[in-house]
Amino acid sequence: MISTMRARFMTCLASAALLLAACCGVAPQASAAEAPNPVADAKAFRDYFTKKFPKVKLEDFVNGPYSMNEDMHRQWEEKEQFPPYEFALEAGKEMFAKPFKNGKTYADCFANGGIGVRQNYPIFDEKEGKVITLELALNRCRQANGEAPYSYVKDEMASLTAYMAFTSRGKPMDIKIPNDGRALEAFEEGKRYFYTRRGQLNFSCATCHVQSPGERIRAEVLAPALGIMNAMPIYRSEWSGMGTTSRRFTSCNSQIRGVPLEPQSDEYRNLEYYLSYVSNGLPISGPGARP
Amino acid sequence: MASTIRVRATSNGDITEVQALIQHPMDTGFVKDAKGEIIPPHFIQRLTFEHDGKPVFIADWGTAVSKDPYVKFSFKGGKKGDELKIGWLDNKGATDATSAKIQ
Repeated sequence: MISTMRARFMTCLASAALLLAACCGVAPQASAAEAPNPVADAKAFRDYFTKKFPKVKLEDFVNGPYSMNEDMHRQWEEKEQFPPYEFALEAGKEMFAKPFKNGKTYADCFANGGIGVRQNYPIFDEKEGKVITLELALNRCRQANGEAPYSYVKDEMASLTAYMAFTSRGKPMDIKIPNDGRALEAFEEGKRYFYTRRGQLNFSCATCHVQSPGERIRAEVLAPALGIMNAMPIYRSEWSGMGTTSRRFTSCNSQIRGVPLEPQSDEYRNLEYYLSYVSNGLPISGPGARP
Repeated sequence: MASTIRVRATSNGDITEVQALIQHPMDTGFVKDAKGEIIPPHFIQRLTFEHDGKPVFIADWGTAVSKDPYVKFSFKGGKKGDELKIGWLDNKGATDATSAKIQ
């Protein structure tokens, strides 16, 4: 009896000591955390999701809500046999190959002719000092060749990015942060945007996609933020059509009763940069289909 | 332009399972466009699947069916290699048809 009590007392003491150590340890850690560290951020981000959903395979997170429960996963498998983005994909392939009026094509604007490069976007352009998303690069390509830019949210832009994503399917997301203070700043800005609450509902991106993935918001199951960019663009049954990353960002902002920014504004570009970087290593699965 | 119909028909002995995806706006006539003008109704009225000259599936559709509709059904009597004809007619008189081999 007495020996067990003593043992218990000792463990109490030991845990108290541990607690103390942990408290004292906080101060130096906090100052270290203030320096931007994308590698540590990405690891912590990924670990959070793998810990929260131990049954979900890492490469499955890219399937959004369909990775969250078995029933939805079966629905998704059935849907993938006859995917609703098929028409957009076909249109995108035709558009991609069709030359501009000056005879050049989209292939001339991209490395490797634009085939299998989706996983590298967004890239950080060191000359311009800003993040260049795939959608932005496509419209710049059009303008450089004397064509009018497309709307960023749907239709042609969605078809083009759908085709480009399709040629990168299975390739791991590979976003690089060059050794440039501005790139690090863009990453940090994106992260800040992601975790900042806004709108009448006072939600941040993370409220839904970090805190509550797998939970229902009305009839929909929320997607995890890990790998959420890998599936873009998506066919959403709710939209009964295709939508780009820009469409997803702006509609998310309206849904929380905030005022959406202009598609491809600096904030959204940085956000896409941050979100893509923390999903590095997960396969591209776009174009995706979502409820 | 490419066909508006995608079909996949697979036979597992007795039963042939057919899936089809059709590209069509399926406008109800109740929706307004960005300028506030009504988008006139435009929807598929009749969808037909024929096997061996006989219809195996006929759908009389209205405006309640979604955009880019998807159909799945199965029937008996089809064999691998048989041809399946698919066609639709919409309220503006437009049609499209295609055929597919049962796999």
